Amino acid sequence: MEIIVVGLNHKTAPIEIRECLAFPDERIAEALGQVKSFASVKENMILSTCNRVEIYAVARVPEKAVLDLKHFLSDYHRLPLKEFEKNLYARSGEEAVKHVFRVASSLDSMVVGEPQISGQIKSAYEVSTQANTSGLVLHRLLHRAFHVAKRVRTETQIGNSAVSVSSVAVDLARKIFETLEEKTVLLIGAGEMSELAAQHLVAGGVRKVLVSNRTYDRAAGLAHQFKGEAIPFEDMSVGLKRADIVISATDSPQYLIQHEQVAKVMRDRKQKPIFFIDIADPRDIEPRVEDIENVYLYNIDDLQRVADENIRDREKEATKAESIVQNEVVKFVNWYRSLDITPTIVALRKKFEDIRQKELEKTFAIHPALSEKEKKSLEALTSSIINKILHDPVTFMKKADEEMMTDLYIDTLRTLFQLPSNASEGSSGKDEEKPEDEKKEERTTPNGLT
Amino acid sequence: MNVFFFKLASFFYFLGALAYLGYIAFFKDSLNRMGTTILAAGFVSHCLALLTRYIEAGYTPVTNLYESLSFFAWMIVGILLINQWKNKIKALGAFLTPIAVTLMLFALALPKEIVPLAPVLKSFWHPFHVFFAFLGNAIFTAAFCCGVMYLVQENQLKSKKIGVITKRLPSLQVLDDMNYQALKFGFPLLTLGIITGAIWGEYAWGRYWAWDPKETWSLITWLFYAALLHQRLTVGWRGRKAAIMAIVGFLAVLFTFLGVNLLLPGLHSYANW
Repeated sequence: MEIIVVGLNHKTAPIEIRECLAFPDERIAEALGQVKSFASVKENMILSTCNRVEIYAVARVPEKAVLDLKHFLSDYHRLPLKEFEKNLYARSGEEAVKHVFRVASSLDSMVVGEPQISGQIKSAYEVSTQANTSGLVLHRLLHRAFHVAKRVRTETQIGNSAVSVSSVAVDLARKIFETLEEKTVLLIGAGEMSELAAQHLVAGGVRKVLVSNRTYDRAAGLAHQFKGEAIPFEDMSVGLKRADIVISATDSPQYLIQHEQVAKVMRDRKQKPIFFIDIADPRDIEPRVEDIENVYLYNIDDLQRVADENIRDREKEATKAESIVQNEVVKFVNWYRSLDITPTIVALRKKFEDIRQKELEKTFAIHPALSEKEKKSLEALTSSIINKILHDPVTFMKKADEEMMTDLYIDTLRTLFQLPSNASEGSSGKDEEKPEDEKKEERTTPNGLT
Repeated sequence: MNVFFFKLASFFYFLGALAYLGYIAFFKDSLNRMGTTILAAGFVSHCLALLTRYIEAGYTPVTNLYESLSFFAWMIVGILLINQWKNKIKALGAFLTPIAVTLMLFALALPKEIVPLAPVLKSFWHPFHVFFAFLGNAIFTAAFCCGVMYLVQENQLKSKKIGVITKRLPSLQVLDDMNYQALKFGFPLLTLGIITGAIWGEYAWGRYWAWDPKETWSLITWLFYAALLHQRLTVGWRGRKAAIMAIVGFLAVLFTFLGVNLLLPGLHSYANW
């Protein structure tokens, strides 16, 4: 029995292939059922996002299962295997566990640390639970994966910095104004860029949106969309006086906003700070504007540079995260290995034998007058009781080897008798609380990515 | 007994400062909370130090340099604890505690014996004078720290170096608000400190104002803050300018408190050691 992963991701396959192999949400349950019908596969779940398509499975016969899954992908999507086999990866055992943990912690994502994957993998797991294709091993594997993801989030800074241009802009605005609420944003130019930027700021809490555009009607249209206000292009200074954040995205060939104009506006504003974001190319705002006190000017390249630096920071944090993952993989594998029958039976026998020895010693100590012969018969008696007690469960376990539920019985046995499994967290009942924790986490995760 | 509590408080402040600096270095909230807990323990111990000294001496213990330094540090820690409690500027601890620790160490090096109270200090007004003056000073110290943070943060944002420092420091808005708050509370306290001082002067020396160096420098400090407040309210001197003024103002405060005592002879020289 082995955990395996078969799939492809953004690193191994181009988008065209990924699209061809993606599973639509509503058909995943059915696909899970099909995979489960393979004799080689015991448990399975499917993770299908725009960056990856992966099947996680617990296989009875790993090599066979990998082949079955590959063919399943091909048959299901009616795509000859040779067209995408080179894009596929297959991992098993420890490598597979590590892969799942890395995916869940967003270490394998296109943008390392992006938060969406954790929600996606959670819902993929839920679907497999509902379809009844995940069992003891996948349950434990996924719960551990969520736990690892949480550790990575709280113990590293991996998800803490903005990595898209618009989230960088919102972050910067917060570093200037603390909060975006009660703030006014002025959009210059009513194009798609302005609209996108405004959506981000409104989502960040901005209440009031002013729009100024060369064609007044378009300004009015966009203003209406944000329940804002259109400002005639000639009255730009009025807008500048009222706004805290100015986003300019016109295709004007020369500067629309000049140094002198801003200097004058700042006096009218009583030096209230203003944040200019110039996303136009060529620029709309004279760069010298930023020399004025309480004026902050960022253009699209500046924002991009900050975003890139943040991505590099994340990659640094990822090294820390990798060691957390490694550490958890070891723990999980220890637990997983303990699911083998023979060591479990040995451990069970040892436990009983230890108890027997201790109790005998106590008895002998209390009754020093016992003769050797009496001692012998006591030993024989206790030994025989233990063997009789253990006979049925052991026979059952050995016979159950080929049955579905062996690992469940083994795990139960280990839990009931508190048999050590080398893993410190090997047999915990705490797992039940974890999904709850995760949900709480999810709500607080900023969805700052575009 | 009072010296024991004082030393204990110094020790706690030192540990607290380490925790706050650790918070800045590693950016872990738990360290910040730890710092506040340790500092609160130090504050309690410091309160006990002041109380026991008050009981042992029989007068409010703000009569020599050791006592003044201790009182000043106590006020600074008090202000910081209020800030932490209101959860306003998390980075403030890393700036204020080292100042408090420095004051405590300075005080530790001074003679700590309780001596009979000098006749001029036996006044109803004297403790009030000291209380207002030092509370104002402590607030200006916090404003100074916010000013430094503001300049650093502004520099980061202007030069577009957005990184570890930007993350750890609060927003410009919060720092500037704090600057204004400090001015709003600090200035009236400074004013009260000077007025009660003048009244006490009348009882002690028979005149309200004697133009001794301490009085002159207090007036300079007062005029400086009055100017800042005026500029802020009328022409919107905020942000960078206000931050620089808060820093310069603190230097004036520091000189009025320490420089005058140590360098210029005058009526306040009893505050020497």
